[in-house]
Amino acid sequence: MHRTGALFGQFETLEQQKDTASLGMWIFLVTEVMFFGGIMLAYTINRHTYFHAFAMGSKTLSLTLGGTNTVVLLASSFTMAMGVWSAQVGKKKLLPVFLTLTIVLGFVFFGIKYVEYAQKFHHHLVPGRNFDITYCVNNPTRCEDMSAEEIKAERVELEEAQAADPDLNAHAQLYYSAYFGMTGLHALHMIIGAGLLFWLLGQSLKGRFSPEWNTPVDLVGLYWHFVDIVWIYLFPLLYLIDRHN
Amino acid sequence: MADHEHAEHTEHIVPPRTYMIIIFSLLCLTAATVAAAYVNLGPLNIVVALVIATMKATLVVLFFMHAKYSPKRTKLVIMAGIFWLAILLFMTLSDYASRVDYRGIRYPMTQNIALVPSPRA
Amino acid sequence: MSTVSTTMGEPALKLPEKHYLNASYGIRSWLLTTDHKRIALLYLASVTFFFFIGGFFAMMIRLHLLTPSGYLLSADTYNRMFTMHGVAMIFFFLIPSIPAVLGNFLIPLMIGAKDLAFPKINLLSWYIYIIGGCFTLYSMVSGGLDTGWTFYTPLSTVYSNSAVAPAVVGIFITGFSSILTGLNFLVTVHTMRAPGMTWFRLPLFVWAHYATSVVMILGTPVVAITLALAAMERLFGLGFFNPAMGGDPILFQHLFWFYSHPAVYIMILPSMGVISELIPTFARKKLFGYHFVAAASLAIAVIGFLVWTHHMFLTGQSTYAALAFSFLTFLVAIPSAVKVFNWTATLFGGSISFDTPMLYAFGFLGLFLIGGLTGLFLGCLGVDMHVHDTYFVVAHFHYIMVGGAVMGYLGGLHFWWPKITGRMYPEWLARIAALVLFVGFNLTFFPQFVLGYLGMPRRYHVYPPEFQVYNVMSTAGASILAVGYLLPMIYLTWAAFYGRVAGNNPWPATGLEWTTASPPPTENFEVTPVVTWEAYDFHNRPELGLDVPGTPSGVVAPAHGHD
Repeated sequence: MHRTGALFGQFETLEQQKDTASLGMWIFLVTEVMFFGGIMLAYTINRHTYFHAFAMGSKTLSLTLGGTNTVVLLASSFTMAMGVWSAQVGKKKLLPVFLTLTIVLGFVFFGIKYVEYAQKFHHHLVPGRNFDITYCVNNPTRCEDMSAEEIKAERVELEEAQAADPDLNAHAQLYYSAYFGMTGLHALHMIIGAGLLFWLLGQSLKGRFSPEWNTPVDLVGLYWHFVDIVWIYLFPLLYLIDRHN
Repeated sequence: MADHEHAEHTEHIVPPRTYMIIIFSLLCLTAATVAAAYVNLGPLNIVVALVIATMKATLVVLFFMHAKYSPKRTKLVIMAGIFWLAILLFMTLSDYASRVDYRGIRYPMTQNIALVPSPRA
Repeated sequence: MSTVSTTMGEPALKLPEKHYLNASYGIRSWLLTTDHKRIALLYLASVTFFFFIGGFFAMMIRLHLLTPSGYLLSADTYNRMFTMHGVAMIFFFLIPSIPAVLGNFLIPLMIGAKDLAFPKINLLSWYIYIIGGCFTLYSMVSGGLDTGWTFYTPLSTVYSNSAVAPAVVGIFITGFSSILTGLNFLVTVHTMRAPGMTWFRLPLFVWAHYATSVVMILGTPVVAITLALAAMERLFGLGFFNPAMGGDPILFQHLFWFYSHPAVYIMILPSMGVISELIPTFARKKLFGYHFVAAASLAIAVIGFLVWTHHMFLTGQSTYAALAFSFLTFLVAIPSAVKVFNWTATLFGGSISFDTPMLYAFGFLGLFLIGGLTGLFLGCLGVDMHVHDTYFVVAHFHYIMVGGAVMGYLGGLHFWWPKITGRMYPEWLARIAALVLFVGFNLTFFPQFVLGYLGMPRRYHVYPPEFQVYNVMSTAGASILAVGYLLPMIYLTWAAFYGRVAGNNPWPATGLEWTTASPPPTENFEVTPVVTWEAYDFHNRPELGLDVPGTPSGVVAPAHGHD
């Protein structure tokens, strides 16, 4: 089946093609909802059973970094939506600008994530052989990125949590399984999204998108917004457990 | 042609002003959820957090993803996704919530089990 | 292209000059095709290959079970045999079979479209299936898998010494093939129907695949994430399902069965769709209660998602939760029953011909009935306490999967073989094969109901000596069943090259696919059809050469010209 211009051979009209593509992307996003839903269920059950371990784990995350990432992703959704708008109204020069902004914000997110992950590895908070929730409290010199007050606060939190849950270390591993599982899956989806954005950027610089045909921009936009929605849920679920204590 | 309702020939272009209102609302809600996390609401903390997150998600879906201006079929697909996620979560949780063993101890009881290191670890 | 013998003075039929099979030649034209019909044949080859693999493991199981004390295989090896039989058959044969072979081939034809909505994604689906298959094959040859196809934790994630990780990764990957196929079908049915092809003129085969696709889309991602987490646990020590780390095996079971129960509807709904095509055609009568059958397909898809916990009745559930799920399980049987009633009602007053596809349809009706009813036995809490994890369950699901799904698959293959290849299979040989299959099947699996009721557990490599006679019957039946499978593989292949040229509509049947050439041209229709008739409407289709149906004397065009 061959193409005539933008129209693929199996379709009769551009409108049918656009309608089809859009429905396809929405259905794909529903599959993604169920995909993340599974790990959300695992999270829910474990958080309920091991609340103290989850609260402890949550407090070892940096609210500043997590909150910044949330703002960054929301802003990237805004720039993406503006990108789609540019294509829809035919502002062909503006589209690459918004796409670039979205990509940049995406990379800021990756950068912050990298810092967070590196910190976890350094602090022995990765599930596996040397996981140790007490590492920084017992070896403050090894966790030089934490200030003395932070270590002191963490020691208090740790003692409270250990009193409530004698097997805190094992259960905290479950928190970190959820943390790495959920944010890792999310980051993987963002990397794919970033790849799609680069491709879109390239195409937009060639002026390929117009008010008559801008379906790829629209579809990548839908995907990117979905990835943002996942983070909208991940942020409170992972970073905001029991913060008032 | 099949099933084209009012697809894109009445494509509603959302103006940038709407997007700006939405992003501003999203940022406010983010601040709200962080603030709420510092208030001790007991079991309601998680409820408030999820409600705010759902409000943010709804704004993104309706306006950034144009669901408000999409055909009914799109709305049906979205509802189906949410409904099915609800089935997964609620029916599983209802099984967990209703489990008790013969001693009357709520499930899961692993907090009382001595932990054995995994042989593959 | 060529003529074959004429019968009884009918004009000699010729294959069309150009069709999808000779449109281009060479391996690249097949491996890089985006034609849904060619992709269907690619799938046909692959699922048949995995059917052989699954069949081999079945043979090993049955041979081993000839004696009570396990003369052939060790316990460990036996575990690997039944596991790999299940994995190969479920994920690589049953789930793809009808949708990926018949669905892919027929849906665009049945709705009057040139192709599916996303032809390249269709090809990608096949490649994903193959890659997943390779991972699983690797698992099989590097020692196999002994956890059962259900991968219960922590055996699968911690304690098993078998090749769990490659198999889990393989099934994970293949799941995406299923998701993309379902996505393609859903969008196609929504947006690609020809003018006049309204929802309620669609063949019920399409409705069945629509419902199947809903299940694929909503269920498969959950098993994907479950297997991903299980793989993470096995490879990297994450602990969600491992009690030693505070994890919970019941969580795995919930996540696993949330998909795997609807998966059985993925396996049976397409087969029901085939039956809905076969029965009106061979009874020469409109399907009774079209709207009810369409609604029943959707009802099965939806209610099927609410019952998964019936696989977990013996895991310490509260009685109240179990009661609720038992009730829902009974509820899901209702739409299936509606369909069986409607198919039977279609037969009443029809002009029935016993061509091979109809023989398979009859086989389906009887065997699915037994399988479905025994499902109700299992859904009943008291009975399930007794027969859970026994051969009763094994017999139940084989009646549905083999007696139901595979019969539908074979019936469909025979029915549409003339459309796919342009040539007819040998009718008498096919009828004999269908009967052999039916006899073999019942001899294999009916004794297993008895065994299960008497208490023989499943997945055990030894059994009490008093059960031997039933096991021997079962193995004998399996050897007959094998012949019943081999025969069609041989003669269908032969017929594809040397069978009698069939013409556009040899049966005749009322679907849109029969209005185009056999084999169809690459773009399916010379001109986009405009549909003005209802489904299964034998009355208003004078071009089919039929008189008023329902009166045997009114039949003008016999099915094969040799009755």
